[in-house]
Amino acid sequence: MVPLSYYLVLSGILFACGVVGFLIKRNIITIFMSIELMLNGVNLSFVAFAAHWHALAGQVFVFFVMVVAAAEATVGLAIIIAVYRTRETLNVDQVNLLKL
Amino acid sequence: MPIWLYILASVIKSAVVLVVLLTAVAYTVWLERKVVGHIQNRWGPTRVGPFGLLQPLADGLKLLVKEDLTPPHVYKPLYIAAPLIAIIFALTSIAVIPFGNPVTIYGYSIPLQVTTDVNTGLLLILGVTSIGVYGVALAGWSSNNKYSLLGGLRASAQMVSYEISLGLSLVGVLIMAGSFSLHDIVDSQAGHFASVTWPALDPVLRFIPRWNIFTGQIIGFFCYLTAAYAETNRIPFDLPEAETELVAGYHTEYSAMKFAMFFMAEYANMITVGCLATLLFFGGWHGPVFGPTILKAVLPVFWFAAKVFVFLFIYIWVRGTLPRFRYDQLMAFGWKFLLPLALVNVIATAIAVVW
Amino acid sequence: MSVHLVLFLAFGAVAVAGAVNLLAQTHPINSALSLIAVMAALAGEYLLLGAEFVAALQVIVYAGAVMVLFVFVIMLLNAGVEEQTTGSRVAILFGVPGAVLGSVLVAWVVLRHSGTGEVPAGALPGPPATIGPLLFHEFLLPFEITSILILIAIMGAVVLASKPPSAPVPPREEN
Repeated sequence: MVPLSYYLVLSGILFACGVVGFLIKRNIITIFMSIELMLNGVNLSFVAFAAHWHALAGQVFVFFVMVVAAAEATVGLAIIIAVYRTRETLNVDQVNLLKL
Repeated sequence: MPIWLYILASVIKSAVVLVVLLTAVAYTVWLERKVVGHIQNRWGPTRVGPFGLLQPLADGLKLLVKEDLTPPHVYKPLYIAAPLIAIIFALTSIAVIPFGNPVTIYGYSIPLQVTTDVNTGLLLILGVTSIGVYGVALAGWSSNNKYSLLGGLRASAQMVSYEISLGLSLVGVLIMAGSFSLHDIVDSQAGHFASVTWPALDPVLRFIPRWNIFTGQIIGFFCYLTAAYAETNRIPFDLPEAETELVAGYHTEYSAMKFAMFFMAEYANMITVGCLATLLFFGGWHGPVFGPTILKAVLPVFWFAAKVFVFLFIYIWVRGTLPRFRYDQLMAFGWKFLLPLALVNVIATAIAVVW
Repeated sequence: MSVHLVLFLAFGAVAVAGAVNLLAQTHPINSALSLIAVMAALAGEYLLLGAEFVAALQVIVYAGAVMVLFVFVIMLLNAGVEEQTTGSRVAILFGVPGAVLGSVLVAWVVLRHSGTGEVPAGALPGPPATIGPLLFHEFLLPFEITSILILIAIMGAVVLASKPPSAPVPPREEN
């Protein structure tokens, strides 16, 4: 029997790691992966609460979060490829001019 | 069931299944060489043992003692991990495949699969197939070789594209069976046809079993078969590892045991796909069962093995007969023909079931 | 120490180790593999809670498709080891201790003062047959809208990632 707060703490740690990764990393792909990590932390929170309150809607919401994360990853990676084609760098610090 | 008995039974089942699977992999290689040889009007291996039956042993020994060289400038952790990933996930998917009805020993009912009957067995196999893509992609990238990289990217793009059609072709079967559990899917194919509209046809219909391929999933079977050929990188879809195209594709830089692991992973995937096709479309272990109790317990496993063998034979037959697709033809086929066909199959099955 | 707690801690340790490794590694491919490990550990956590369908979805969709996309892009763009700029050094200096402090604070508050009870293992009903009716009756509108969303994402990705039309090649001089 695991207390619900343990699941919330784990979810919070993953979310915090995602936020820290988003702020300290300079490679655009790693920043994207930090966003995925944040979404995963949130998913765990949803499923834990769904188990606690016996509400199946939590699982359905996780389904939607995964679908939206997949769509967002697709478009985001396509944008990364397009940016790489013009700027030839993956470092966000160097993408700081509106026009080359 | 007491926990120690459960663990003991699982360990014994894992050991038996592993040994049988690895032997089957080795002898599938032998079967392929013989059958393709005969298709091409030549003998296959004949020298090593009668009918070349000890050839896999000789091959295995050669691969074991061959020099295992690591090219310079490869990305070492992934270079070593990629064949491990390929073989581990190829062997894992056998864990949820049931081989027969649960046998009753000393009053305990032991299911004939390595795990117990998992609620979402089919989803597990799909998941393991999805992870198997990493073995190929990481092998191609870590080899520091542009042909490997191209081969790896092509192979993983092909596998990912055909995974969708594979999953959709299974949805038709799921709609008819109503459950993800492999045991339930096989149980829904028990029995034979009996006509209510034309009772006069009963003497004939009594002999046709209710397998999914006869109850309307023939298009689903065709989609599944084609997607399976593409997933396991076999002819007609084996461009990523064709010798004349990309040297050897993603496993160019691998030698000896690591290459053997990729090889074994490919054949293990073939066998898993064959087992899955048998379970989903050909009624699994249902077949004529007769005789004393011990025979009644063994015969379903025998029928299962026979059907998987027929499926493997078809695989090898197709390999010897068809030319291979070009890469753009392959991708166009997957997205523009197979995916709409699988969708049409799902819609038609759903309409037929609801009516 | 029940088996449930031990397994929860094991999967949780793998998840946290993967998350910290994602931050610590400099090469994006290592970060991607750490994220796959995190997702696999989370699938294990979902299985502990009894959500088999969500665990299978996590492996098939997230670890098997989305992360394959990430690995593809890393391979295609040949992303190398990232360099440390002044901005990132400052962020590490202030951000990491700040985030650690903040999470410790939040965790302490949650653990001490939450009155919520315990979650037994396998609390959720397992088979996908329980989620199906919800998805197609109460959540039908979001389901259809996410289908359209995926369609738009596919079209957007194809348009964004395709090569821009190249300049017309001048005709060759016939000699």
